[in-house]
Amino acid sequence: MTRYFGAQSGVLTGLLLIAVIFGLIVGPQFFRPANLELMARQTAIVCVAALGMTMVIVAGGIDLSVGSVIALSTVVTALLLRANSGPLFAALGAVAAGAACGVLNGVLITLLRVVPFIVTLGTMLLVRGAAKGLSDERRIEAPITWLNALLRTVRDGNGLLLPWGIWLTVVLAIVVAITLQYTRFGRHLFAIGSNERTARLCGVRVDRSKVAVYAIAGGFAGLAGVLQLSQLSVGDPTAAIGLELDVIAAVIIGGGSLAGGKGTVVGTVAGAAIMTVIQVGCSQQGLPNWVQQIVTGTIIVFAVALDRWRSAAVESRSQ
Amino acid sequence: MLGVRKTFGATVALDAVDLAVGPGEVCALVGQNGAGKSTLMAILAGALRPDAGTMTLDGAPYAPADPLEARRAGVAMIYQELSLAPHLSVMDNIALGIEPSHVGFIDRARVRQTAVEALRQLGHPEISPEARVGRLSPAAQQLVEIARALAMQCRVLVFDEPTSSLGFEDVRKLFALIARLKQQGLAIAYISHFLEEVKQVSDRFVVLRDGRNVGGGVSVDTPAEQIVQLMVGRTLDELYPRGPRTITESILEVNNLLPGNATFALHRGEVFGIAGLLGAGRTRLLRALFGLEPVRRGTVRLGVYAGSFSPHERWKQGMGMLSEDRTGEGLALGLSVADNMTLTRLRDVGRGVFVFPATQAATTHRWIDSLGIRTSGPHQIVSQLSGGNQQKVALARLLHHNVDVLVMDEPTRGIDVGSKAQIYKIVDELVGQSKAVVLVSSYFPELLAICDRIAVMSRGHLGTARPASDWTEHSLLMEASGARAAS
Repeated sequence: MTRYFGAQSGVLTGLLLIAVIFGLIVGPQFFRPANLELMARQTAIVCVAALGMTMVIVAGGIDLSVGSVIALSTVVTALLLRANSGPLFAALGAVAAGAACGVLNGVLITLLRVVPFIVTLGTMLLVRGAAKGLSDERRIEAPITWLNALLRTVRDGNGLLLPWGIWLTVVLAIVVAITLQYTRFGRHLFAIGSNERTARLCGVRVDRSKVAVYAIAGGFAGLAGVLQLSQLSVGDPTAAIGLELDVIAAVIIGGGSLAGGKGTVVGTVAGAAIMTVIQVGCSQQGLPNWVQQIVTGTIIVFAVALDRWRSAAVESRSQ
Repeated sequence: MLGVRKTFGATVALDAVDLAVGPGEVCALVGQNGAGKSTLMAILAGALRPDAGTMTLDGAPYAPADPLEARRAGVAMIYQELSLAPHLSVMDNIALGIEPSHVGFIDRARVRQTAVEALRQLGHPEISPEARVGRLSPAAQQLVEIARALAMQCRVLVFDEPTSSLGFEDVRKLFALIARLKQQGLAIAYISHFLEEVKQVSDRFVVLRDGRNVGGGVSVDTPAEQIVQLMVGRTLDELYPRGPRTITESILEVNNLLPGNATFALHRGEVFGIAGLLGAGRTRLLRALFGLEPVRRGTVRLGVYAGSFSPHERWKQGMGMLSEDRTGEGLALGLSVADNMTLTRLRDVGRGVFVFPATQAATTHRWIDSLGIRTSGPHQIVSQLSGGNQQKVALARLLHHNVDVLVMDEPTRGIDVGSKAQIYKIVDELVGQSKAVVLVSSYFPELLAICDRIAVMSRGHLGTARPASDWTEHSLLMEASGARAAS
């Protein structure tokens, strides 16, 4: 356990440092509970999708279709709600739709032997198109249900300290962290990402695991879509355009490697949080959007460079 | 070269090594992998700089700063892995780094002329200077590399394991070429661990072991056994231990299998050797047995299991495989020792779907201790281990899984003598426990020493298995190179 968090000390320190810097610039109100809650609510959507993405990236893959899946999921949820199905059923339907997209990704990747980048680039367009077709290229009004309260502020107090959606994210993060570190499936994902040929030699059913991991990532994207709908309160086929890059950035800042075999949930969550802190901090300081983008871009590059430098230092010390 | 010393961190790669080669002489440098041959030659060729010692060339001090300077001084290296640019033409490769130019523009006509001359000097004018190097056979590529050295007027040529990627016929041609170059007055250093070759091609030999000179002599006068003992530094009985073996029921039956055109039975308590040269199809046969390549014809029965199979099922049925490609397939280099060792059987270090890292580490620790693997612990990343220790990690995976049938592809390639000796010992102990081993190797002495029966693979065809005592190194080589089949 110490080893696990020790390996994440870089990104955690980074998060702390950036928070302190903005705390100094913006002032102590930056750390007020209401502001922290705001940041948590803003992180949730990217974070949920990034949990799935962490598993995909650990297994040496990538999923560019998550933004589109999120949009599809908002549409599916809205359509189901309009058809008078219960909110829970609508949410599960959206998750199922996301998982189905993931299965499609996984099957195409393993069957056609085309690299994940290309396959998911294709499905990114394909799913976006499906979402638009399904919604007739319009926003779909959905009746207000408890789903809309998932990410609503609890400033007035609901006794839970944080909105339901945040708690859900926390629970899922723990589940994914345990899956990656302490289950056979998780260890197999690391093996596949580190060296797929070794994994196959060692009897890991590589294709099956890959389909599973893309399906799970699709399901998480579907759930992120439900959270998105709770903020938008409409099903929007043009939602979350480009969000896949934020999701990937969260994993990368958190120490995930696009070469596979590396990545942790704590890192990913911290990575997503870093991006939100910059976003919220900049806007509360009245800094324009472009400053925020420059800062985030710089952080991504330096986070990865720093990580490489650190692991090189560790390697030379242990030799 | 006098008193050459080179260290890498705490590892002493070379310690006070002397080497002298005269013009018109072929001096062989022999030694096991890791003995320091390649390091010594890299220093000679300017790729590495010695920590101590002196080098002289034609009586003048010689201290090249880089390979180009060494070439300019007249020392060229023909590497194990060919170092040509595959997308360039033959003549561009030959002239690479010495392009004759005219105010910055390359003089194409002279480049061509240089290449033609060098190829003629080699006795291979049939190679077209315009051909793309990537399209040539390995043997022709090697010729281009030698031509490049000649084009630079080199007087000292260093061949580093030049035959490892060549067929039988090409090896013969290469030896004839080396003899010709010798007559032209070149000094040639020849690195190899194939003793037959050394005796055939060289005038003198020098043996390196653990970075030191341990002996030398005139090649034709010294019996091969004596050279081997110098190389390994121990008697052959110590290197190849052999306990009592009882061969019982057959556990693997292969019938008319394609790939491999193989028919054989493997018994419990037996080491079955498959000899052959690189590219003979040995690896494909093993991979087909393990479900990594499709079976195109024939049947394989493992114990009670017949029918189709995948690696996943093979491990469950009690068969494990050690890959020949240790770094590309055998191990996930970025993962820890523990992850690599227990990957096939995580079930044993956890419960249900869960893996317990503490149990995993403890299990790994036991194997680290019992195999003497040099590592800082179960969590060390495998890429940081030496070749021999990496191979022990890969082998420990099969031991941890406790398989009955071990399929081992070149288990001792590229590792130090100590690790080799240990792997032979483990293999002997395993068959003593009535497990069965299929061992593929292109190093015939080890096959002869540890196998019970050996079959030879040649051109995708597995010959008849015969008791190891019926074979000699020579007869294995004859059959492997297809000489016997032709007669």
